[in-house]
Amino acid sequence: MNYINTFKIALTAIKRNKLRAFLTMLGIIIGVASVIAMLAMGEGSKSYIKNQMSGLGTNLVMIMPGADTHGPVRSSGTSKLEMSDLEAIAKNQYVAKISPLVQSSAQVVYGNNNWSTSIYGVTQEYLPIKNLVIGSGRIFTDKELHALEKVCIIGLKVATELFTQGEDPLGKTIRVKNTPFKVIGVLEDKGAATMGQDQNDVIIAPYTTVQRRLLSIDYIQGINLSVIDDKDSEAAVADFKKIMRREHKIKEGDDDDFNVMSQSEMISTVSTVIDAIKYLLGAIAGISLLVGGIGIMNIMFVSVTERTREIGLRMSVGGRGSDILMQFLIEAAVLSVLGGIIGIIIGYLLASVAGSLLGVGSLVRLYSVVLSFSVCVGIGLFFGWYPARKASNLNPIDALRYE
Amino acid sequence: MSEKKVIIEVKNLKKEYDLGEVKVHALRGVNLQIKEGEFVAIMGTSGSGKSTMLNILGCLDRPTSGEYIIDSVPMNNLNKNELAGLRNTKLGFVFQSYNLLSRTSALENVELPLFYNPKIKAKERRERAIASLEAVGLAERMHHMPNQLSGGQQQRVAIARSLVNDPVVILADEATGNLDTRTSYEIMSLFQKLNEEGKTIVFVTHEPDIARFTSRQIIFRDGHVISDELVKNRFSAAKMLAELPVEEDY
Repeated sequence: MNYINTFKIALTAIKRNKLRAFLTMLGIIIGVASVIAMLAMGEGSKSYIKNQMSGLGTNLVMIMPGADTHGPVRSSGTSKLEMSDLEAIAKNQYVAKISPLVQSSAQVVYGNNNWSTSIYGVTQEYLPIKNLVIGSGRIFTDKELHALEKVCIIGLKVATELFTQGEDPLGKTIRVKNTPFKVIGVLEDKGAATMGQDQNDVIIAPYTTVQRRLLSIDYIQGINLSVIDDKDSEAAVADFKKIMRREHKIKEGDDDDFNVMSQSEMISTVSTVIDAIKYLLGAIAGISLLVGGIGIMNIMFVSVTERTREIGLRMSVGGRGSDILMQFLIEAAVLSVLGGIIGIIIGYLLASVAGSLLGVGSLVRLYSVVLSFSVCVGIGLFFGWYPARKASNLNPIDALRYE
Repeated sequence: MSEKKVIIEVKNLKKEYDLGEVKVHALRGVNLQIKEGEFVAIMGTSGSGKSTMLNILGCLDRPTSGEYIIDSVPMNNLNKNELAGLRNTKLGFVFQSYNLLSRTSALENVELPLFYNPKIKAKERRERAIASLEAVGLAERMHHMPNQLSGGQQQRVAIARSLVNDPVVILADEATGNLDTRTSYEIMSLFQKLNEEGKTIVFVTHEPDIARFTSRQIIFRDGHVISDELVKNRFSAAKMLAELPVEEDY
């Protein structure tokens, strides 16, 4: 069999029908382009969100009162965390830094400006745990912590909302829930918001002050800590659960009255969700690829019928069944390969344009290119084979007489 | 004449078509010999079996029984692919409706049979196609598409295509059926010229008028050969053409 000649014959046949060849390829082009674009945008937003969440510290672990809610009824709504819980956990080998957390939403006023934000009562260790850095000023001292001093560090967002005249916030007194607080520091810019939470829109104060002076409570609302190595966070979480159960004297078989969450766990949960969405979108795009393949089959069928006499003629001048089969198969393959290549290019462009418009970026992974390309070639050959087979089985006499 | 090589030999050839209830006997025991250099007309009314005969001679169909030997090759025990090879190297076809590939230049149409012969390289293919087109007097139109050619010119391209593989016999099926008288004479004079150059031609037609240009007439009826004789006063198509009144609108 002379493959080069057969290949030339097939190419000539495509060249004779450029518009139709293009329309046939269109289905494949759209299919491949959308598969690649969808997967790329999924990958892009996944890595974007992962980066954002890692910015909070991948080794972050949060302990909150209250069990996981399964169903509408909270099993133990009244559970609290105590400083004794924190002290017990702080002794664990995995803990790098640890801070209690009490929190309140707060209306803050400075001069004529007022702003609604959250105030977090913590210890000094909270800043490294959350990867927060003081831009100007200082963190509160142990002395201020123990003395329930009314000092605070404000986030950049709070600073710009309150100090609209461009004054230096340091040393100024702002009113938080009608309690005057002296600003002793301003946090560095934390960048854009992640999942609805603006990291710049916070006020940080000694937890003792927030506990007693703002909330009038003696318990804490949460514990934030960082583990030394984020690879250990799973083991650490298990340890913390054990310690908490012991501290809270929870009997074997009873549910936890607290909740331990690690950042890496949250990242993997979010990644799983995004992956699911990505594959869903990819599958939808895959359907259009399939439709494109059926388009190829359709056109190949029309082509075989329309060229019945041509097939008869080719057979009468010495074309064998296998030559005819190869010709039509190569035509289908060329259409799908060409369509696949164009689709990859368009998909790539589409992904980068959409990625930059949405601001999440896009990542064209090699696997998505290889996958969609091989699927489209497979589809082309699969759907091209049947019409080609039909053509090769024609009886030359009937084919020559076909009207 | 007797020392000429026998190109086609058919012995007791039968062909039946099974159409469910009825069996159609298209050929009922045909014996034939065609020698090199002959120009044979196969004639007969429709249903006489002449088309079936041509299909078998062209290795497009197999007989139900009987023997067919072409250029010393018995075709009975060849498989499909070997038959295709036989068509490719030993036979040339000319059809009533030309069967040229549309949107394909005359040259490429003529090249077509050689594409299926892996022994022939691109350069030789092109040279032989050009030589063929020169032989039919269409060298200056080799880059024209079929729709830019007249019917007669298209048929000449088809004849060039049948010549390009240097076949032992050219089989023509009503090759003048779609053409007017003048063009028919032109085509017949081309066939006569090729025949004089030594080509063996088998020409199926139902027009006695056209058969006068051949050297031997075989008449089929109901699957039998009822007459097989040499044409006594053979007409020259070129001469007839010259005698045709010139028409204004041609």
